[in-house]
Amino acid sequence: MGKYIFRRVLIAIPTLIAISIVVYLILALAPGDPLGELANSPSMTPEVRENVRRALGLDQPVYIRYFKWAWSFITGNMGYSFVNPVPVSTLIIQRLPTTLWVVGLAYLVALAIAFPLGILSALKRYTLLDQIFTTIAFMGFSIPTFFTGLLFIIIFSVWLGWLPFIYNSTLVVNDWSSFVAQLRQSIMPIMVLGLFQAAVLMRYIRAAVIEQLGENYVRTAYAKGLADWIVINRHVLRNAMIPVVTLIALDIPTIFTGALVTEQVFRVPGIGSLLIESIGRNDTPVIMSITFIYAILIVFFNLIADLLYGVLDPRIRYS
Amino acid sequence: MTIQIPLPSTPDAASSAPSSQWRDAWDRFCQDRMALFGSVVLLVIIIGVIIGPMIYPVSYSDIDFARSTAPPSWDHPLGTNDLGQDQLARILWGGRVSVAVGITAMLVSIFVGVVIGTISGFYGGIVDDLLMRLTDLFLALPRLPLLLLIIYLFRDSVRAIAGPEVGMFVLVIGVIGGLTWMSSARLVRAGFLSMKERDFVTTVRALGARPRRIIWLHILPNIIGPVIVAATLGVGSAIITESTLSFLGIGFPPDVPTWGRMLFDAQNYLVTAPYMAIFPGLAIFLTVLSINYVGDGLRDALDPQ
Repeated sequence: MGKYIFRRVLIAIPTLIAISIVVYLILALAPGDPLGELANSPSMTPEVRENVRRALGLDQPVYIRYFKWAWSFITGNMGYSFVNPVPVSTLIIQRLPTTLWVVGLAYLVALAIAFPLGILSALKRYTLLDQIFTTIAFMGFSIPTFFTGLLFIIIFSVWLGWLPFIYNSTLVVNDWSSFVAQLRQSIMPIMVLGLFQAAVLMRYIRAAVIEQLGENYVRTAYAKGLADWIVINRHVLRNAMIPVVTLIALDIPTIFTGALVTEQVFRVPGIGSLLIESIGRNDTPVIMSITFIYAILIVFFNLIADLLYGVLDPRIRYS
Repeated sequence: MTIQIPLPSTPDAASSAPSSQWRDAWDRFCQDRMALFGSVVLLVIIIGVIIGPMIYPVSYSDIDFARSTAPPSWDHPLGTNDLGQDQLARILWGGRVSVAVGITAMLVSIFVGVVIGTISGFYGGIVDDLLMRLTDLFLALPRLPLLLLIIYLFRDSVRAIAGPEVGMFVLVIGVIGGLTWMSSARLVRAGFLSMKERDFVTTVRALGARPRRIIWLHILPNIIGPVIVAATLGVGSAIITESTLSFLGIGFPPDVPTWGRMLFDAQNYLVTAPYMAIFPGLAIFLTVLSINYVGDGLRDALDPQ
């Protein structure tokens, strides 16, 4: 297993390098001045502008600039925001935990819903129950998260008044009541994201379990008199998980897309809403860094999916 | 994979086999009630957005602050927005934009996917290796952030070249297409790999057919089924992507009505005018849902297992 993990990590590194080259090339190919608004700002003297350009290394060829950018990124120096005199890394470190908290909890919710329903749906396939579940799942992933978010706000905040409209980013959790407030304001973003993922996952799980149920080893397991839940738990699930993990890995970019949109709907102060704010303010260094942070997150979770794959299917580790 | 596939390229079967294969698929599609229902709804939506703006007399851009955020009424069946513009007219116009973006972005995506998949699957070897690494790389890209980054960096220059609307349209479909071709490339490649060792392909190759003829006449028609399914579902996801961009306030200019933009505008009026959000949201939902049902039906019809 150790060797397998090592090999997987080694494969992830060139992927990250390639993505960073793609992201950097897009910036380098873009017309106009990377300084954006600052380039034409009358409040800047030519000397200051020249200094900023040199500080950003804009007087050097692209590949040199790339290596410098990559090196400073690795060492944690992502430059300074154009708008606030703060390092980009500080901004991102402030926001990243919120994003991971929302995405992580949403995924747990999705798994908690999709697993039982997907398996039940597969076991009772083609019955009324299955049809109801699959129809709901079908609708669930046809409805864009930003519309679900707005609907939730209209229903639960405006009409019923149960939950707060938007996420209060200044809330500090230090006692029971503020913890409850934090919980209440997290419910809608997490549910919007979680329900969407649950709909996607449920289809995968249902299809994978149905495919396994027709196999001979399942018939054998039933024939030797094992109870339903043992057959499912011990035999079917482990095999069914292999294609599901593959599909989840392919779906990871979509999860972060959904998170970005949900953060924007509920004004959750994560890196997604920071990205949108920065685009509104033409803050190129922040935009670049966040795009690359998303890439790192995706590659990292892909790696986890890969490792999970190795745990589920020992054959993969030795091939 | 099924083993018995009609061989449309053998001379005597060429006339009858393909048509009966397609007829079977059509029959299977017609038995799927949800797929048929989806097709009807989709057809109504498409016809509605094409001829709707012609027969519905109210302008989508007339501003009238006296009746801003008005609830649905006889004059304005779906109400008005914050500027007092008629929401029904805007939904019909916005539908044109959404459907046009969805279809053209899908065409770009499928074109790139088929070209890359064909080269990869037909020629194999190092070309295949390189293209598949490229596909893996694209699959690991952060799609939405990258879309936002590209549009942010290039929007001013395309606006300067082709005008605010056309420029943005070309940029949006180009970028959506350029970031979503991977699944169709993989499908086409897999199709080529399973087809090119078949006897009928070996035969036409031995008869001296040139690669272009083999690809176009003998292989592509046999693997087009999954590509059609991917294309159908691709329209739905392109519509969602475009709406997402508009919802984030980054797509088309504010005066172009799109469904996503209407939801963006509705965000600040959820308390006083929830109908401003509900109707455009339902439009996106219904369109994407019916496209997904059609795609699902096509999958069952074209790829029976």
